[in-house]
Amino acid sequence: MPLIEAKLVKKNYPDGTEALRGINLKIEKGEFVAIMGPSGSGKSTLLHILGFLDSLSDGEYFFKGVLSSEYSEDEMAKLRNTRIGFVFQMFNLLARTSVADNVKLPLQYSNVPESEWQDRVNRAIESVGLSHRKEFEPSKLSGGEKQRVAIARALVNDPEIIFADEPTGNLDSRSSAVILETLSKLHAEGHTIILITHETFTAEYAERIVRLRDGKIESDERVKARRKNGEEFVK
Amino acid sequence: MNIRDSFTTSTKAVTANKTRSALTVLGIVIGITSIMLIVSIGSGAQNLILGEIGGLGAETLVIRPGREPKGPSDFGQTLFADSLNERDATLLRRKENVPDLVDIMPSVLVPGSVSYGGETYGAQVFGGSARFFSEAFDIFPERGFLFTESDIRSKATVAVIGSKVEDELFGEESAIGKSITIRGKKFRVIGVLPKKGQVAFINFDETVIIPYSTAQSYLLGIDHYHEMIAKTRGPEYVESAIVDITRTLRDSHNITDPKKDDFYVVTQQALVNQIKTILGALTAFLSSVVAIALVVGGIGIMNIMLVSVTERTREIGLRKALGATRKDIMRQFLLEAIILTSLGGLIGIFLGAVLSFLASIALQKFVSASWAFSFPLGAAVLSLLVSAGVGLIFGLYPARKAASKSPMEALRYE
Repeated sequence: MPLIEAKLVKKNYPDGTEALRGINLKIEKGEFVAIMGPSGSGKSTLLHILGFLDSLSDGEYFFKGVLSSEYSEDEMAKLRNTRIGFVFQMFNLLARTSVADNVKLPLQYSNVPESEWQDRVNRAIESVGLSHRKEFEPSKLSGGEKQRVAIARALVNDPEIIFADEPTGNLDSRSSAVILETLSKLHAEGHTIILITHETFTAEYAERIVRLRDGKIESDERVKARRKNGEEFVK
Repeated sequence: MNIRDSFTTSTKAVTANKTRSALTVLGIVIGITSIMLIVSIGSGAQNLILGEIGGLGAETLVIRPGREPKGPSDFGQTLFADSLNERDATLLRRKENVPDLVDIMPSVLVPGSVSYGGETYGAQVFGGSARFFSEAFDIFPERGFLFTESDIRSKATVAVIGSKVEDELFGEESAIGKSITIRGKKFRVIGVLPKKGQVAFINFDETVIIPYSTAQSYLLGIDHYHEMIAKTRGPEYVESAIVDITRTLRDSHNITDPKKDDFYVVTQQALVNQIKTILGALTAFLSSVVAIALVVGGIGIMNIMLVSVTERTREIGLRKALGATRKDIMRQFLLEAIILTSLGGLIGIFLGAVLSFLASIALQKFVSASWAFSFPLGAAVLSLLVSAGVGLIFGLYPARKAASKSPMEALRYE
């Protein structure tokens, strides 16, 4: 059973825009998929639908074999909380709130007992290498550090799948590399990663590249990840 | 999200923008301060008036001549009614007629002023029994002594005066032994009352008490009384005493039809109830005016909460993306509104208490020395509940609006 299965998924906006025009996509557990395409191709819309942030207009979407329309609003919130981790281009950290408290946020909406929170927060922050910045507020961090906090936040509830929407879009190349290495390390640890990007460099960390154009899948190819942990091992 | 975390989150949002929060709750603060002030001064006034009436005691009742007034226009006839006289007082004093009566004091009011030497003062002159006055109001001369029953029988021209009367007429001198003039007749001052202020509609400081018999014969030339104050064995005997008094007076005045009664009995309890009703209605009226202020304050809260929801659309989207349910978001914004208004309520209660304390000091100085500050605990608790309620009601719409945002649209909001 695939982790994610979309059948003829369509999305129309009230203004008449057809963002997705029949997407068929299967993603297995443990894959590292890059979704690419020019702006307006529908890649963000697809990610939002797959991540239960938005509803589809037509077609079927199965998450772990269950049809998305069978989930209630609260169940979708629970899925987003426990099974899915999001990383956004704009970081979306809470201002005037320490790194530790930002990372703690998903735990506050979960059923994880409070006694475990501190430990989980520490582990997540450590895994992105920011233990020394734990009590800092986002305004004191660099762009790369902010995105690493966002990754720690996405990890704290130990999700099966991480959706990253242009995570390096606002970062310089050195910070981008650190973020992508972090993601590929998580992939190596068994997390499923779905990454949206329009940069070829970024897509080079993935094992599979899905290209969208005008709301349709243009190509879907399996590649051998050419970059891993900073080294270029396949040219 | 548990309630403690929600509370922390909401408190953080309220304190993040202190000036805005302070301005937002100003309406609530003013509303609650006014409520506290009104209730505190209202209950101060009630305590004062009831205390004064209480000075007379629930066991006392007043018998007045004339028909019982049914409206303001009826009061005139009681002023000129002459249906109560010495014969009635004698009949009522008899144990076989009214067994529950302990004592009865006829009283007459003498209009006019009091003078000594070149000084004249507009004192209240009462013809009564000094002993009865003293016992009923618990007030005894500071200097000198009271006139006695034999002074009343002999229509002695003696007077007991209040402290202010002495100050106005004699200045630094002592009034004891000196003669004052009331309506052309000289009275020897035999006692001076201590400073007491207002008690049961009588300001003792401005009062001159003379034997009622003297007032009737020498000053007014009448043989009836303006009223009779009667003391029963206790508050529980008031009802039976009224029955006996009514029967005795009807027999004495040959009245068979109760509608033609030429007297009526006023109990202290009736008076207390009447005053409580009037003050209660007044407080309720003023409070309803304040309620309007609270509604206006509430609209201010709603307005700012709506602005806040719009400003924090992305935050709402993020929280939803991270697993917050509709209920979580709703609770966060509702709590924020309730914290805001409750804070306003607490500040209002504090300010109201301070202002009413200051007001009570001023009222003590200018109205009555026995005015006491009372902190209306009930009103404070109610105010806190009302202000939290305002937050709940006016926070509901913005909170619903926040909760109903779709996570994706909220995240995209610029």
